[in-house]
Amino acid sequence: MAEYLILIYEDENAYATASPDVFQEVMEAHNRFAQQVGEKGGKLIAGNALQPTPTATTIRGDVVTDGPFVETKEALGGYYLIDARDLDHALDIAKLCPARFGGVEVRPIMVFPQG
Amino acid sequence: MSAAGVNPEPGPDGGQADSGAGPGDESAAAVADAHRREWAFVLAATARVAGDIDLAEECVQDAYVAALDVWSRQGVPRNPGAWLTTAARRRAIDALRRDRTLRGKLPLLIEPVAPVAGSSPPPAPAGEDDVIPDDRLRLVFTCCHPALAREAQVALTLRLVCGLTTTEIAQAFLVPEPTMAARVTRAKKKISAARIAYRVPGAAELPDRLDAVLTVVHLLYTTGHMAPAGEDVVRGDLVERAIDLARMLRSLMPDEREVRGLLALLLLTDARRATRADADGRLLLLADQDRSRWDRAAIAEGLALVPGALRGGRPGRFALQAAIAALHAEAPSYAETDWRQIVQLYDVLLAAWPSPVVMLNRAVALALAEGPEAGLAQIQELERDGRLAGYRYLPAAKADLLRRLGRREEAAQAYRAAMALTENSAERDFLGRRIAETGGRPGPGNGAG
Repeated sequence: MAEYLILIYEDENAYATASPDVFQEVMEAHNRFAQQVGEKGGKLIAGNALQPTPTATTIRGDVVTDGPFVETKEALGGYYLIDARDLDHALDIAKLCPARFGGVEVRPIMVFPQG
Repeated sequence: MSAAGVNPEPGPDGGQADSGAGPGDESAAAVADAHRREWAFVLAATARVAGDIDLAEECVQDAYVAALDVWSRQGVPRNPGAWLTTAARRRAIDALRRDRTLRGKLPLLIEPVAPVAGSSPPPAPAGEDDVIPDDRLRLVFTCCHPALAREAQVALTLRLVCGLTTTEIAQAFLVPEPTMAARVTRAKKKISAARIAYRVPGAAELPDRLDAVLTVVHLLYTTGHMAPAGEDVVRGDLVERAIDLARMLRSLMPDEREVRGLLALLLLTDARRATRADADGRLLLLADQDRSRWDRAAIAEGLALVPGALRGGRPGRFALQAAIAALHAEAPSYAETDWRQIVQLYDVLLAAWPSPVVMLNRAVALALAEGPEAGLAQIQELERDGRLAGYRYLPAAKADLLRRLGRREEAAQAYRAAMALTENSAERDFLGRRIAETGGRPGPGNGAG
């Protein structure tokens, strides 16, 4: 098994203007996903939603500025850390990850050799 | 050479006394032949033992070098592939024993189970005592994994499955060697870092994954068939590699209809290779080719594959393209080609594969079935669509229809647009002649088109 980070990139504006029904659906979809990871034979290690990018603060060197690291239409809005057998397994799980206003990126966690 | 058996003793220190076996030329030819035929098998089997692609490659290369020496002294073994595999695997095991740190920090992810959906691989060539499993499909599917960019899939397939050097691949794709080397390295790194498993996909994923493999092989073929730049019309090396790959896939997955379709398509298209340029290397279009010089054996082989590719459910895009190529191959002349049936096949193909390139080809066939105006209208629609912007065959096809309609100035303009999009000198020469014809001389078009 290996760890993969599923990064959820979505259009923040779509959420800003979404109805309560949509929010409800999204919440349910995420709850369902948390269950599906296990059903698919993977393991959910962690997962969180992030506050939108206007709340972000960036530091470069020691200069502190308002806003995200990179300004994009689809911003990082949440993540899941999962355990999967291999990339195909991770992708199989990540395909179920809700991201109706964007998509997800799957990144393997780097493993450092011991000793 | 005969009866040398399979008893590899590779390496300068492992050789036995000189048995005075045949001339070095013969063994060198056998090694070259084994490189072409057996590379994929040897590497695929060695990768499983080495657990690391780079180490496997190194060991396989060493085994081929050793073969040059040993075969010249002891004769060519009865089963060169098994000899090479055993030699390469021994080297890998020795290397791993000698140096534990060689066990990759991010090893190739080998799956022990070997169920192969939708295929029945032939028995592997016998090794010494043990039967070496045929892992070539694993290798192919790993190289063509959708998590790798298409250009990386192509480079890796040539490198790992065909055994081409990075220099050769760089030359084939007219890319600087360091760029190609970086591309190959990056792809290999992703395979281990992201844990792309060394395995054949299961039945559910197989259709999509196989399509990616076939697309890579087809891309190799088309790159060789009509080189985007350079001197020659056809790059024989790439074309032959692509056909070799298609044959290999066919032998490994005999029940896959699209594999059959791809092999048929390549054979039927390649049967025309010798006639695609005249004695001076100038490009000849289908209309102007000497059909008596088409490769009848390749056509017969291709035609025999088509029915099986089409039958048994909705035909795939390669089977349909093969069916179209079959109609061309069977036509006694350009004029006597069954253009109406070709248009119909393109309609089915479009339903299976709504690609603008297919629409363009359909427009060309339509022009022959119903006249240039009908084809031109479709091409103009495609032009407005914009997806083929920068595709050189769109203005070229348009120019040809305009020329046949006697609209010479517009034709010359379109030929110039096509010219601006190709670096292939045979194509540029062809387009230059057309521009001269349409821009220079009066009277109706004098080429058959």
